[in-house]
Amino acid sequence: MKAECPVCAATIELLKDAVEGELLECPDCGTELEVISLNPPTLEEAPKEEEDWGQ
Amino acid sequence: MKVGLLHSLIRKEEKYLIEEFQSRKNIELVLLDDRKAAFNIGKDKFDLDIVVERCINHSRALHALTLYESAGITCVNSSHVATVCGDKLLTSVALAKEGVPQPEVRVAFTEESALQTIEEMGYPVVLKPAVGSWGRLLAKINDRDSAEAILEHKTVLGSYHHSIFYIQKFVEKKGRDIRSFVIGDKCVAAIYRTSPHWVTNTARGGVATNCEITDELNDISVRAAKAVGGGIVAIDVFETGNGLEVNEVNYTMEFKNSISTTGVNIPKLMVDYVLQKVEESK
Repeated sequence: MKAECPVCAATIELLKDAVEGELLECPDCGTELEVISLNPPTLEEAPKEEEDWGQ
Repeated sequence: MKVGLLHSLIRKEEKYLIEEFQSRKNIELVLLDDRKAAFNIGKDKFDLDIVVERCINHSRALHALTLYESAGITCVNSSHVATVCGDKLLTSVALAKEGVPQPEVRVAFTEESALQTIEEMGYPVVLKPAVGSWGRLLAKINDRDSAEAILEHKTVLGSYHHSIFYIQKFVEKKGRDIRSFVIGDKCVAAIYRTSPHWVTNTARGGVATNCEITDELNDISVRAAKAVGGGIVAIDVFETGNGLEVNEVNYTMEFKNSISTTGVNIPKLMVDYVLQKVEESK
């Protein structure tokens, strides 16, 4: 499964066990990305940290 | 058996849990993205045996847990645990009620009373938002000048919950604290978090190394977990001249840096606990 980085247009190979919502880092530009869809494989920039994020 | 995993972004921790659930027999894992969730109060019926909460937003976690429980679903952790752990003031009250050692904490509601309280406690103190995480907006106050400035900034610039002044006596922790992981009635693993900065959260650059679980650490960790309602929690512990003291308790614990560090398969133990809870609720 191949997807495109929305920031630098690099081709990113998604792992077989990828799931929607998963975070990953673009190996080319380092942007943190979220898997939005598996069919078709689509990535978006991950949401920015919100005030009540965390443990 | 149907297990709901309530999540938003799937971080390493959630990925480990998904893999662990999927490796078990007769488990159907249902991924529940809180960004897509909607509830119909009083009418919801969920075909789930249990919900495991792994949200990244505290407010969503707290409210979703309340809604699932109101529909009769057992949740790990419970909304009660999320309520207590999500608010440092409530955590401190729960720890005090059960006699669990913690640093001195005082609370005030106005700039003037907070300043007077800090002066009485003596410097340094740490001012924390009662609701907050990842070490954000903590302020170590070393003298009256900085106390006046920070209190004024919080009053003028902060939202309403920054006017609940949670003031903790600063603990000199010699560059490290302990994060212990409690599942049910056992402390299963612990790490030291070491940092040259006084905030030692790994989210803020603290480095994790293995920490031996002594009887004292196991005892205070389990007592702290029970004080907030039990379940799966991570305890932040200070080493002080008076022994161990509990700094805070976290209910959606992050553990990705602690599996290889401790050699303990934390997600496996978490899944074991969840499945045990389902059996107990039958």
